[in-house]
Amino acid sequence: MSAGDLSAGIITPSDLSARRSWRSTKSALMTAAMIAAVLIVALPLVAVVSAVFSRGLRVVLAGFPDFFIKEIPVIGRRPGPGMGPAILGTLLATGAATLIAVPLGVLGAVYLHEYGGGRRFARLVRFMANVMTGVPSIVMGLFVYVTWTLRFGYSAFGAALALACLMLPVVIGAGEQMLRLVPNHLREASYAVGASKSRTILTVVLPAAMPGIVSGSLLAVARAAGETAPLLFAIGAATAYNPNLFQEANTALSIQIFANATSSFVAAQDRAWGAALTLVVLTFFITFIARVVTARFARGR
Amino acid sequence: MVRDTANEGPARHPEVRLPPPPPAHFESWQSGTRPDTTVVFELRDLEVYYGAFRAVRDVTMNIYNNEITAFIGPSGCGKTTVLRCFNRMHDVTPGARVAGHLRYRTADLYDPTVSATEVRRRIGMVFQKPNPFPKSVYDNVAFGPRSNGVHDRHDLDAVVEKSLRSAALWDEVKDRLRASALGLSGGQQQRLCIARTIAVDPEVVLMDEPCSALDPVATARIEELMRELRSRFTIIIVTHNMQQAARVSDRTAFFTTEVDANFGLRTGTLVEYDYTSKLFSNPRDERSERYITGRFG
Repeated sequence: MSAGDLSAGIITPSDLSARRSWRSTKSALMTAAMIAAVLIVALPLVAVVSAVFSRGLRVVLAGFPDFFIKEIPVIGRRPGPGMGPAILGTLLATGAATLIAVPLGVLGAVYLHEYGGGRRFARLVRFMANVMTGVPSIVMGLFVYVTWTLRFGYSAFGAALALACLMLPVVIGAGEQMLRLVPNHLREASYAVGASKSRTILTVVLPAAMPGIVSGSLLAVARAAGETAPLLFAIGAATAYNPNLFQEANTALSIQIFANATSSFVAAQDRAWGAALTLVVLTFFITFIARVVTARFARGR
Repeated sequence: MVRDTANEGPARHPEVRLPPPPPAHFESWQSGTRPDTTVVFELRDLEVYYGAFRAVRDVTMNIYNNEITAFIGPSGCGKTTVLRCFNRMHDVTPGARVAGHLRYRTADLYDPTVSATEVRRRIGMVFQKPNPFPKSVYDNVAFGPRSNGVHDRHDLDAVVEKSLRSAALWDEVKDRLRASALGLSGGQQQRLCIARTIAVDPEVVLMDEPCSALDPVATARIEELMRELRSRFTIIIVTHNMQQAARVSDRTAFFTTEVDANFGLRTGTLVEYDYTSKLFSNPRDERSERYITGRFG
């Protein structure tokens, strides 16, 4: 090897200095494009939240805490607070829907992933669940109207049934996804000490998948809490508190937003904004709990 | 059907059913009428299929009581596949099928009346990668006994301490039994897995490359542990490390792959099985010699 070859291998500081090349220009252009895309995506979100807060906060604070407690004025043009029955109705309907959909959905997911596998029946159920995800929510409402409401009348429970139909495929999908993420070596470790399949699922697989299942379910709950269409048919239109889940017409925040916002009275429109803010905060709260639960589980391992 | 007794009854060993008597075809293997009590496993023409693919063929060997038997051979030669036959782990692998005869003491392991759960309680397994549950150290060790019906606190405490002592881990974890097992080092995790396996008091411990993810110091500890455990358990270990086989095992089985004439795919088979000292000093088969001396594989 000659001396000239050796010197060619030495790196001088000027070699390392950044030079403007086509590659770095391209990088800068793409970065700018991505930032622009993020801003465009964030814009509607920020606009919606700011509109709800700027117009709703005034209404809520003017009658605080009466707005969350008092009954809805029967005469729409009268100003004044009151969304209490709607908050209760939303909590009742989504709560009951959660109690129906989450246990069923988790059990369904356990069947699909742990027992069904590639069997024809499991494949059919999975396919139907996927199809159900795509069914418009108003169709679910219509279905419940025909099968339940026409026979038993308006009630929060009818609304809960419709919401449960909407939540079920979401919970099944999230549950199966989470079970798939549980590493197989944990199952094998459990089998290897003589644990039966049911015990393996109950004590190893489900606890490992729990944070994901909980957060997936709570996101489904948050979605259901804001649904309007399936409630239109089933819940009726009450203005007074109705704590009975199974009987008499009830109401919900989403229904009240629709009814009041389309009213011609300013007082009613104000209450719609207040109800909108309440609903946004409520769903934000559920999402927040989902995050906390996931984080707590994640720290525990 | 043998009922799954694993989850029933409060006793430590809930009314262990004796394995059913051997089917007729086993008796022809023995020259005498009484089975050889030193033989734990008797394999005759064992084959394992994954779907239509024959992964292992013609494995015929005896595994002996309170010995350490090592399986060595190049990757893909079927060592692990054969190991997983012993505790019916293939039952939980979709598409896997075991053919041929595999007798455990007096029972045909693959007899339809034999409960895989009961088999796995008696024949424990330690895996290649340490796989503790995402639970506390205590709950990891107590998992097996709990699955087998032990729920009394004092009994569980005693079993956990005894198992952790046997696995040479007690002194390191006795102050953090309630801490997550995932906070332990790799070597500690693997010893925890050994403690978890021996907590159900198995008769056989299968080890699938238990040291491949560990450093030399942790490896030495596990090997030391294996020598201590040999008096209580029969141990079968799969290893890629020939020095390890030579250090710890009493007998060694050498597996290799050959092209299957029927399928044109590579199938694993047993080449030579002998005392470790003999196999490593004076192998009968040329392939074993080439592998051991490092000229192939």
